[in-house]
Amino acid sequence: MQETTTINNNFKSEEYFINMGPQHPATHGVLRLLLTIDGEIIKKVEPDLGYIHRSIEKMCERDSYQQIVHLTDRMDYLSSHINNEAVCLTVENALQLEIPERVQVIRTIIGELTRIASHCLWWGVMGMDVGALTTYFYGFRDREMINDIFEETCGARLTMNYNVPGGLMWDIHENFVKRVKDFVAHFKTKIPEYDRLLTGNVIFQKRTKGVGILTKEDAISFGVSGPVGRGSGFSCDVRKYHPYSALDKVTFNEALRTEGDTFARYSVRIQEMWESLSIIEQLIDNIPEGEFRVKTNAVIKLPKGEFYQKVETARGELGVYVISTGTKNPYRLKFRSPGFSNLSALSHMATGGKIGDLVATMATLDLVIPDIDR
Amino acid sequence: MGYFSNIFNGIKTLLTGMSITGKYFLNSRKGAITQQYPDNRETLKMFDRFRGEVIMPHDENNEHACTGCQKCEIACPNGTIEIIWDRGIDEETGKKKKKIDQFVYHLSMCTMCGLCIDVCPTDAIEWGQNFENSVYDRTALTRVLNEPESKVRAGIED
Ligand code: SF4
Ligand code: SF4
Repeated sequence: MQETTTINNNFKSEEYFINMGPQHPATHGVLRLLLTIDGEIIKKVEPDLGYIHRSIEKMCERDSYQQIVHLTDRMDYLSSHINNEAVCLTVENALQLEIPERVQVIRTIIGELTRIASHCLWWGVMGMDVGALTTYFYGFRDREMINDIFEETCGARLTMNYNVPGGLMWDIHENFVKRVKDFVAHFKTKIPEYDRLLTGNVIFQKRTKGVGILTKEDAISFGVSGPVGRGSGFSCDVRKYHPYSALDKVTFNEALRTEGDTFARYSVRIQEMWESLSIIEQLIDNIPEGEFRVKTNAVIKLPKGEFYQKVETARGELGVYVISTGTKNPYRLKFRSPGFSNLSALSHMATGGKIGDLVATMATLDLVIPDIDR
Repeated sequence: MGYFSNIFNGIKTLLTGMSITGKYFLNSRKGAITQQYPDNRETLKMFDRFRGEVIMPHDENNEHACTGCQKCEIACPNGTIEIIWDRGIDEETGKKKKKIDQFVYHLSMCTMCGLCIDVCPTDAIEWGQNFENSVYDRTALTRVLNEPESKVRAGIED
């Protein structure tokens, strides 16, 4: 008996839908991505937000200006000091307070340390996302030194709340300068190791070069900022264009790459760690003497009006927009968070790529979900 | 790039990476930052400024420095501190004076922001370094910080 088999030549591929997250390790938090896929090719990425929304902006309308500062720790927790600084600068500028130079220098040093700590964590996790587990331990090892510095001077490792409107909560600890110098010396030997371990690796380069491309025009139109924008050749460093605190007293280069792919964003962050080290080195030896805090009224009332201040966090441009009616609470406070705009470009970057590329692309966006949801 | 140079290059970067991990493997004790936490409890010392919990120090006469001014209660962003106060007779002047009955501290709600300690005019409260706060029952995290029968130290005015 003979069976006739008809070969079906019209295999139709079918698009299907898959959830990535909210409990997915590669999303680094509770972010849900709705993926429309055809085989392994991504057709559409839709982020679904709101899983960790705590209505921080609404809580700010209830709180006094001193209390608002500690809420910003809980947005982008890896840049908590810089977030605090943003709110404090807004209040200080609105009150036209003269901030002592000592405070400005300390704020900048700790801000740059925060940036390095954040990039260390990102580097470790980036390696892990593309399959190199060891990087995770090395990144965390070096971040640990910074965390110790923070714990000794600020009292906490992550949610520091070290800034208050008018200055700092305490003066720096007596070991601070020594510890920072130790760290700078230590870390200078570690970045080349990072490069040898991961940057030069063939597999890593194959996974990242030419993947997740964002052109300069798109970067600008999506409103991305920070290392993501600078990886696409979009010069957008707030520290350069609108220097705050002691950043106008130091010289540094803005890390810029023009390729716009995942590897370019990676290189920008590695370069930024070098620049941050150089900023710290320029400031650490001569922290000016003086007050660490100027007196403010116990109840801070901003004058009537609108105030805006932007700073460069480890993820990009954070804007604080305050509308005051002259009372002790803001009428409205809006945060322009870098993660939200950067995430908006993800769909554009990942469409047409593979799922593995999506993970690599997302790793270089360096998303912190509480910053996006607030 | 040719087929063989590709392979050669791949092996080379692999070995470069392995030389670093191998170096750390052989010197694994040097520069290790891992703490053997539950085993090192005796020797573990937290930094002085570490924010574990809010405490109210008492001296040997069971006296504290809290006048019951409630500034900390107002400064706290989330209602962690509740001050139950009373009026007592000041022994020296015979005048009525505010004093605390209970300083209630809900540790479970505290965000460790430090605003209460910052605002206290008499430095009656400060940071404790204890961080082992896990309990089986949530109510155990509500504490009364002033000791029973404690008094405010003489001469403390806000
Ligand atoms: S702890 Fe300090 S701020 Fe709070 S009520 Fe007592 S004296 Fe006032
Ligand atoms: S540390 Fe902050 S949250 Fe905790 S009791 Fe003091 S003011 Fe309240």
